Amino acid sequence: MTPQQIHELLVETFKDSIESANLESLEPHIQVKSAAIADVCRFLKSDHRLQMTHLNNLCGVDYLDPKTGVGRVEVVYHMQSYPLRHRICIKAALPRLGDGPNGLPTCPTVSNVWDVANWHEREAFDLVGVHFEGHPKLTRILCDEGWEGHPLRKDYIFPTHYQGVRAN
Amino acid sequence: MVSASQTEELVEFDVRTDEMLINMGPQHPSTHGVLRLLLRTDGEIIFGVESHLGYLHRCAEKIGENLTPVQWVPYTDRMDYLAGMNMNLGMALAVEKLLGLHLPQKAIVLRVLIAELNRVASHLVGMGAYGLDLGTFSPFLYAFREREIILDLFEEVCGARLTYSYITVGGVTHDLPACITIPPGLAALTGRDPKMTLSWIDACTMFLDWLEKRISEYHTLLTRNHIFIKRTAGMGLISSEKAVSYGCTGPVLRGSGVDWDLRRDGDPFYTKMYQGFDFKVPVAPFPEAPREVVLGDNWCRFYVRMLEVVEAIKLVRQAMAKYPTAEGAYRVPHKMSTKLPKDEVYLETECPRGAMGFYFVGNGDSKPYRARAKSSSFCNLSIAEELCEGVFLADVPAIVGSLDIVMGEIDR
Repeated sequence: MTPQQIHELLVETFKDSIESANLESLEPHIQVKSAAIADVCRFLKSDHRLQMTHLNNLCGVDYLDPKTGVGRVEVVYHMQSYPLRHRICIKAALPRLGDGPNGLPTCPTVSNVWDVANWHEREAFDLVGVHFEGHPKLTRILCDEGWEGHPLRKDYIFPTHYQGVRAN
Repeated sequence: MVSASQTEELVEFDVRTDEMLINMGPQHPSTHGVLRLLLRTDGEIIFGVESHLGYLHRCAEKIGENLTPVQWVPYTDRMDYLAGMNMNLGMALAVEKLLGLHLPQKAIVLRVLIAELNRVASHLVGMGAYGLDLGTFSPFLYAFREREIILDLFEEVCGARLTYSYITVGGVTHDLPACITIPPGLAALTGRDPKMTLSWIDACTMFLDWLEKRISEYHTLLTRNHIFIKRTAGMGLISSEKAVSYGCTGPVLRGSGVDWDLRRDGDPFYTKMYQGFDFKVPVAPFPEAPREVVLGDNWCRFYVRMLEVVEAIKLVRQAMAKYPTAEGAYRVPHKMSTKLPKDEVYLETECPRGAMGFYFVGNGDSKPYRARAKSSSFCNLSIAEELCEGVFLADVPAIVGSLDIVMGEIDR
């Protein structure tokens, strides 16, 4: 299926949860409401017309306009189908601050759809600061367990001290 | 009267006294880098594995947001440092797709030649180190002896033995040298004069002729070795559904029976590089496997890598045959200050350890807004926690080794 057809199928099934799509981009992507992302991903994997069996990539991107301070965090899902040989990219836009623990934005987990999302979501939590609801064990994976802050955020300030020792 | 509960009030930690917590710490010969595995064992049997990563995290993605892609190439070298050329290739291709750069034939042929030669070198390390994990020293040293020659050849091409930064945006940095001194290892092994000079292509051909005859030695030492089969066959079973669900790619996926190779099935921007090249994709099950072998076990993954070495050698020979008549330059001019379009691209390439994906988001500046490297070993390692449950302690290096991980790629 082409990205256009995948988008039409998703709009037909999920209606308002599909916000917009940019299908002319080099990597055609579909914006999905973050609350519905787990259902959309489950549909993408299980529907026989789509069969997106493989999650290629799950990462967070912090969009922040330095002048206005307005921004969003997007969680990007790249997936592909081994049997049907098509690919699509789904994005969920989240506010930069939310009502998750420590003021992080929340997004439903897809680790029960694709097992590989478990570690990718841990990395997105660690580096970009997105709290994935329903994740079995959302702890830091690359940074140290006691690290504060989320390094890939655009407004991240590198700490000068770590556990009392000057490090920068 | 003081009740028993007041005097004997204990603070109960989550310590299960029937289990032992063993730390297969960051410094360990068999963890292929700085990987910490916390093993909960009951005697010899593992109940649970908790892996701790991040000991080699060098913030490559954050740095990628502050450098132009050409400047970021050395950082990709250091991700999977055993297959640096393939890392460079993946990154360069992703940026070229974003910019819409098309390369001349010579650059493409050089890239295939070098990337496949690096695949041979990387698999030699994988195979040798796997033997070392299981206790045999000879295959490791033989593999490294072969790899020394490949590294010498790479040094003649680009000046570096491990962190090449050879394949960059726009092509490759140097052409193949026309006249080199024969690599010392090659001279010693083939009984030639160490001072002889020859072209790079001839040296490489000499090496490949020598290596092809030696592959059967590896089969005798490892693949068909009775002890090796006992330690690897039937263990670390990954079904094809699980392999796909855990995002395993590369030999791990093909060892579980899924026929998928990005050089043939991937993004057209990548597969067009391999058009005109003839190569087979080894996929389990193998009719010549010993009878103890099960689809998706350690032995299958190991054997896929052995067969891939043979295919990679074939590809290098084909590239060397195409090289003299390939048209164009080895590099197109590309300014470092070229602005990236306001678009994004995600491109996966078939690296020796799996599918390495690069996601670039450009926003009109010469530096990417987001530079993400999706590591194949990261996904391959995520299955190790589940695979190691219920096995003996001694099987953990066998299972983790068969996944052929490199921590540089996992932690970036």
